[in-house]
Amino acid sequence: MQKFNYLIIGNSAGAVGCIEGLRTVDKNGTIAVVSEESHHVYSRALIPYYLDGKVNKENMHYRPQDFYQRAGVTLFSGQRASEVHFDTKEVVMAGGERLGYEKLLLATGGKPIVPPIPGLDKSNVFTFLSMDDVLKIEKSLAGAKDAVVLGGGVIGLMAAEVLKKKGLNVHVLELAPRVLAPVIDETASDIVESSFKEVGVEIATNNTIQEIHGQETVDKIVLKDGTVLSCDLLVVGVGVSPRVDLVANTAIKIERGIVVDQKMQTSVPDVYACGDCASIYDFITGENRPLPLWPNAYSGGRVAAFNMAGKSRYYTWGTGMNSMHFFDTNIINAGMNVSEENDQNLEIITKVEKEKRIYRKFVINEQGHIKGFALIGEVARAGILLNLIRSKVDVRPFKQKLLEEDFGYAHMHEELRWQLLKDDVVLGVI
Amino acid sequence: MAKILVKPEVCIGCHLCEVWCAVAHSKSKNLIKAFMYEDPKPLPRVAVEEDLPLTFPLQCRHCDEPDCVSACISGALHKDPESGRVIHDKERCVGCYSCVLVCPYGNVFIDHENRKIVKCDLCAGLDMPYCVSNCPNEALIYVSDS
Ligand SMILES: Cc1cc2nc3c(=O)[nH]c(=O)nc-3n(C[C@H](O)[C@H](O)[C@H](O)COP(=O)(O)OP(=O)(O)OC[C@H]3O[C@@H](n4cnc5c(N)ncnc54)[C@H](O)[C@@H]3O)c2cc1C
Ligand code: SF4
Ligand code: SF4
Repeated sequence: MQKFNYLIIGNSAGAVGCIEGLRTVDKNGTIAVVSEESHHVYSRALIPYYLDGKVNKENMHYRPQDFYQRAGVTLFSGQRASEVHFDTKEVVMAGGERLGYEKLLLATGGKPIVPPIPGLDKSNVFTFLSMDDVLKIEKSLAGAKDAVVLGGGVIGLMAAEVLKKKGLNVHVLELAPRVLAPVIDETASDIVESSFKEVGVEIATNNTIQEIHGQETVDKIVLKDGTVLSCDLLVVGVGVSPRVDLVANTAIKIERGIVVDQKMQTSVPDVYACGDCASIYDFITGENRPLPLWPNAYSGGRVAAFNMAGKSRYYTWGTGMNSMHFFDTNIINAGMNVSEENDQNLEIITKVEKEKRIYRKFVINEQGHIKGFALIGEVARAGILLNLIRSKVDVRPFKQKLLEEDFGYAHMHEELRWQLLKDDVVLGVI
Repeated sequence: MAKILVKPEVCIGCHLCEVWCAVAHSKSKNLIKAFMYEDPKPLPRVAVEEDLPLTFPLQCRHCDEPDCVSACISGALHKDPESGRVIHDKERCVGCYSCVLVCPYGNVFIDHENRKIVKCDLCAGLDMPYCVSNCPNEALIYVSDS
């Protein structure tokens, strides 16, 4: 049996964050990666860009071809881990081979949510999560006229946008009363919906699939409200749920995702988790939850690496944060998504010009700390706002300035500004 | 690690660092040609913050643990272990603006026309960054490795 100092299950953002973290602190320890997919490490977040023709196959790769070789990583490509034995510290592969580990990282990601609707197993139904998905969609585009996208969340809307750009008639079905409801508020959803409607994408809210018609393929879809849609291509973009099958029947603590502490350590010694499979610490709410986003996966993997190599590090800046764009509308948001009538003691300040698709919104708590923000239109310098959240700054003295598009360090009060920039400026020279 | 520090009290708010940064990243490297004839117009990778009379520029810090690199979904950003520079590969960039979301200094600049970003590269290939050498009041200091 081969044995490794560090064994990583999964081969995506979390795994790469971990490998790069490990190699900054441990140049010699042995590292192995088990990857179910046989593609070279790629970014699934680029799938919409690939379908749109903006990124070629080569540039789907997240790291260069010689990445594993240079990092000294043994890659088990196209192989699935099927069991983990924490007592003997072994991983059993689907083919029966066993790998031993000293420290294990679970970076198994997410799996697509597919609602239990009969007919979703037909050959022109696709999820929108993997390279294989998008290659299949690409093939089936020829001759397709009508596309239906199930799900008005981030993934569903990204799929809808590209399919529209590819010249298809696109219908989006969303069970909730509005799109992107878990991510942004009513005003922001309105703006996003209007940008889709403007280019002729139909968005049906409060609606879903009632029945699917067709033999091998879906031909027609009957909606809950009775509408009948013809369909050549159905994309299920409802979302992802943490992929925990590998450890489901073990002692490891799972609450939706694999629960980790701020060191990315699970409830089992020497076993770490990060990315879409994990339930991680949200520094804004102070609670654990799945936060399936690229930066959280990469940074979580990196923090795990330091701890796996015996150096204490904490991931205390993960939260819900999105940078999205639909057609020409840019959106950035982070932290809590509360509507304007909230029942908590939160103050909301906004600036909105709906026709121009401009929106700025801040959620501020009783101590004056920003707990969430959303920007539509001008998103430049959003990171300064995220930094104000992280630094738990009382923004009340300059809160109206936050609503201005050129907001920056210059608009904070002096003491705070130089405190935040103390390593970057030289003061008192005249 | 190399970075550029600013003396805010010395900055006179002339914005010449922005101008020369754009020139440094132009095709011709010539002030007149760059702004008159080049298409697309070169963009600066530094911005002077202003709340008059206060003015000061802020360049990319080439952070030790760069958030922009962690957030980049395409692999377009990386930190060069040798030089410490945080480098952007325009070819790979898809303009998702995840880096804009996380840079604590607001130092990733949006190139709307090309739906990509531009950022400071410390004038790779030059001895001294243009913003530093062209600041008329010497408000900028280049601090190199040692
Ligand atoms: C279309 C789309 C667009 C997105 N856009 C953005 C965006 O703009 N910004 C953003 O922040 N996030 C975005 N995301 C989310 C982001 O891609 C994920 O958060 C990120 O990929 C999570 O990385 P990960 O390492 O946790 O796992 P994943 O990327 O899910 O990869 C996990 C890997 O592990 C493998 N695996 C699982 N189980 C096993 C096993 N037992 N044995 C071997 N291998 C196994 C899987 O096959 C998979 O390759 C997007 C996602 C999608 C689908
Ligand atoms: S762009 Fe921002 S986060 Fe990235 S290295 Fe520069 S200052 Fe740091
Ligand atoms: S905008 Fe470009 S550089 Fe920035 S995160 Fe996206 S792909 Fe990376």
